[in-house]
Amino acid sequence: MAETPLLQVRNLDVTFPSHTGPIRAVRRVSFTLGRERLGIVGESGSGKSTTGRAILRLIPPPGRVNADHVLFGGQDLLGLSERAMREIRGQRISMVMQDPKFSLNPVMTVGHQIEEAYRVHGGASHRAARQRTLDMLTAVRIREPEKVYHLFPHQVSGGMGQRIMIAMMLIPEPDLLIADEPTSALDVTVQSQVLAILDDLVRERGLGLIFISHDLNLVASFCDRVLIMYAGQVVEECRAADLAQAQHPYTKGLLASLPQIGDSRGELPILDRDPAWAEPIEAARS
Amino acid sequence: MIRVSDLSVTFGHGRTRIEAVRGVDFHVEDGETFGLVGESGSGKSTVLNSIAGLLDRWAGAIILDGVAVDARRSKAQRKLVQMVFQDPYGSLHPRHTVDRVLSEPAEIHGFDDIERRVVQTLTDVGLGPAFRFRFPHQLSGGQRQRVAIARALILEPRILLLDEPTSALDVSVQAEILNLLRRLRQERGLTMLMVSHNLAVIAFMCDRLAVMQRGRIVETMTAAQLNQAEPTHAYSRQLLHASQGYDRAAVDMFEDL
Repeated sequence: MAETPLLQVRNLDVTFPSHTGPIRAVRRVSFTLGRERLGIVGESGSGKSTTGRAILRLIPPPGRVNADHVLFGGQDLLGLSERAMREIRGQRISMVMQDPKFSLNPVMTVGHQIEEAYRVHGGASHRAARQRTLDMLTAVRIREPEKVYHLFPHQVSGGMGQRIMIAMMLIPEPDLLIADEPTSALDVTVQSQVLAILDDLVRERGLGLIFISHDLNLVASFCDRVLIMYAGQVVEECRAADLAQAQHPYTKGLLASLPQIGDSRGELPILDRDPAWAEPIEAARS
Repeated sequence: MIRVSDLSVTFGHGRTRIEAVRGVDFHVEDGETFGLVGESGSGKSTVLNSIAGLLDRWAGAIILDGVAVDARRSKAQRKLVQMVFQDPYGSLHPRHTVDRVLSEPAEIHGFDDIERRVVQTLTDVGLGPAFRFRFPHQLSGGQRQRVAIARALILEPRILLLDEPTSALDVSVQAEILNLLRRLRQERGLTMLMVSHNLAVIAFMCDRLAVMQRGRIVETMTAAQLNQAEPTHAYSRQLLHASQGYDRAAVDMFEDL
């Protein structure tokens, strides 16, 4: 089925000025996203989080964002007014950050925060918002939603905090969710449970998901497609299932440097960074 | 080298009392590397802190190199055990140079020839003398963790305690630090006790390991058993499964064991 993609990004650039000249944190990044799970992997400083933020125009000045286009539902996000952008943020595209401790309001109960997210975007009545909040908490597999509704963020565990964040981000029913390391602060079993929630949403509701992570094994097993970023550029794109057969020496090096259960290597190969990997890659053309 | 019997640690009292560690037993042979794995709150770091002498109230026995220790340690007992912490961004004094970070413990413990010792230790951890007068903010995460390892090694300990030493680092840097630790262990005959939530890292580094859950050891096994995916306890199997990537079908079978 040839449907128009949810999001089309072409030649995205993010630049920050510095004493030693402009730093190009993201360079000519192009991709399209359908109703699927797209992984963006890379090490710290590779530009993966900056890419996610740039799509939502969350790069504060003096940072500068340029692109041929960032098309979402036929609109170029970069051309919208700040007011129009607010209509998009949260309602149509939302974002889950790494650590629930820092993204939940510490002095508001969990229920009130989620409800607020719903009422700001939907203008629903208090009673309807409350019911919707409880439904959403159930949907992210919180067992006693009535009880959790009245808790403050410091009273819940990390895994539950992240589920609450996801509930809050999903309550306005966005088309696209950008998840920046949503499970890195969680234990492995809780991580799988949180991912299962996102997975079901992609399958059942046709949500588009951009999953930003440093964990190659996780992305390979969770996503449909993967972009590998290095020094601000996408150096390789492949199907997640084929990540083990990646071609780029950087991707290969990263995979090799991971210890694996069941391997008997005496020493882990060290990634030998080739300056050529950071050379500019040709711009995408239409 | 390390023998821990019936170790229990509780924090708080009354309604807020938490039994962080409940009757833990294990031993680590001289020159062996032993791993403690478990999820957050399982008590693995608390065990490590008790052995390091960072906690002053625990029950049970901790025997290090044949001597039972308690919370008060002699200088020699402190020198015997050194620790490397998880976050290299938080564990180095931001306004002390590498030189000061390394020479201060050496002075306290009465070493002579400190200058030569600092340079030698920096070389041993792969940094070299050029790094001696830098501040932590001038170092990358991996370089900071090397400094933290050097700070532990400068006292020539026989036991090294490692609390998630690579979980704050990128995977390529993690590989360098793990290789370094393996080399140092071989060169110096160190006994290591390593805490991690990453089973693959534990499998790479350790001879034997214990799986902890809610303050108890649920299973002790050899690295070979882990490599052949043969944990017997249901919780260990679940942990192993979850750490090998995402599997939708498996998630529904997870239980709060």
